[in-house]
Amino acid sequence: MSPANLRETLIKHLGRIAPEIDIDTIDTKADLRDEFDIDSIDFLNLVTALGREFSLPMPEADYDQMQSFDSLLTYLENHAA
Amino acid sequence: MKPFLMPSLGADMEDGIMVEQLVEPGSPVKRGDIIAAVETQKGTIEIEVFEDGILDSWTVPLGRKVPVGTPIAMIRASDIPDPPSEPEIQEPADPIQQPEGPEIQPPPPENAPPIEPEIVPPASNLSPRRPERTRQRVTPAARRRAAQAAIDLRSFGTEKIISLRDLSPLEELDETTPMSAMRQAISDAMSRSKREIPHYYLSDTIDLTAAEEFVAVQNAERPPDQRLVAGVLFLRAIARAVKKYPEFNGHFTDGQFVPADAPHVGMAINLRGGGLVAPAIHDTDTGSLDHLMVRLRDLVERVRQGRFRARELSDPTITLTSLGERGVAGITGVIFPPQVAIIGIGTPSWQPAVLDGEVIARRSATITLAADHRVSDGHRGARFLRNIISQLQTPDTL
Repeated sequence: MSPANLRETLIKHLGRIAPEIDIDTIDTKADLRDEFDIDSIDFLNLVTALGREFSLPMPEADYDQMQSFDSLLTYLENHAA
Repeated sequence: MKPFLMPSLGADMEDGIMVEQLVEPGSPVKRGDIIAAVETQKGTIEIEVFEDGILDSWTVPLGRKVPVGTPIAMIRASDIPDPPSEPEIQEPADPIQQPEGPEIQPPPPENAPPIEPEIVPPASNLSPRRPERTRQRVTPAARRRAAQAAIDLRSFGTEKIISLRDLSPLEELDETTPMSAMRQAISDAMSRSKREIPHYYLSDTIDLTAAEEFVAVQNAERPPDQRLVAGVLFLRAIARAVKKYPEFNGHFTDGQFVPADAPHVGMAINLRGGGLVAPAIHDTDTGSLDHLMVRLRDLVERVRQGRFRARELSDPTITLTSLGERGVAGITGVIFPPQVAIIGIGTPSWQPAVLDGEVIARRSATITLAADHRVSDGHRGARFLRNIISQLQTPDTL
């Protein structure tokens, strides 16, 4: 999947959890869960959806590499086949 | 034949709007089946039927607002033959096979507008047991609007979340109504609480290092959909503690406290865009932690979609308000009447603690109890709170 497609896919899954938030209005370097007002169960749902989409285990030990929108995108770029 | 009435989902509910009819007239219903959805101040509530029988007819059209206690459907016992005046319904009820036709429409009540054929969905979509996954995601505002305007939401598919914008982009809509109704419901309940309940408050620091480590170890090898959150440990610890301290678990009604026979811990869940609800997880003391997690996820998912069941709103016997991982150190709750206690747990952070004379860093948060002085006192409250704290030091026993 190309980086552009990865980004679109990530935005799609975030949109399911936080439908009212416009990606253009958030700080993509800031804390993802603050920016999208995502609680721990929302985040679990996001990780579950991304894991299914990209066939990734998304281990909890890697959560600190998924802190912001940009870092999560980089993580997906590095791990998704 | 018995009328099925618009249920009351709390002392502050006066009326509800019929927004979904999930069962076709003539279909069998079983106790516990969800047969309809009703829009209230608190969101869309799924209505369960209380007895087995056959749903004979709907007596309130979609979109109609009716007071609590109004018959919304007629239900007849399965073994009573159909009245001769309605021979069409005598066919065995199989909604999948039954052709759609005007003859099975219930007679509209007096003065009711006729139900437009457009809002009668195709029979093949009408199974009352649609699997959760195919359920549409509709914002509460859109659901209300669709009911008022008799728009069939099924035509929108299940791919994307349906919002107000999707329904009528050109119409001027009063988008403030649903949220202000929610705000009003919270205001009514909390004002009543502060007016009637003589609260007392206790707090302590809770060491959540062991609880967080337990969750991390459990989650290390699990796929995301089987992972736990610390909240399930909190729920379980409270459910166990109230068995020893029953004066914190129940309802204060008509001037007396009635302890509940089981812990149905309510979980305060934040709603996107404002407001909150605190529906019950029934029998929070039973089943494995994994199962409790499945139930919590299911509840949060349904609340996010703006729909939960009537019993979930009326049954909580004590409430947990937890700030999760992005909040502040502590929260002191306001009791939801007619309950008599609410536990607040703040966001854990690294704090210096003294253990065996050494200062060490521990994951700490503030835990609080707000309780009803008509029922209990600070002495017992403190022991109750200590019991919860103590259980959370040994999470593997929960």
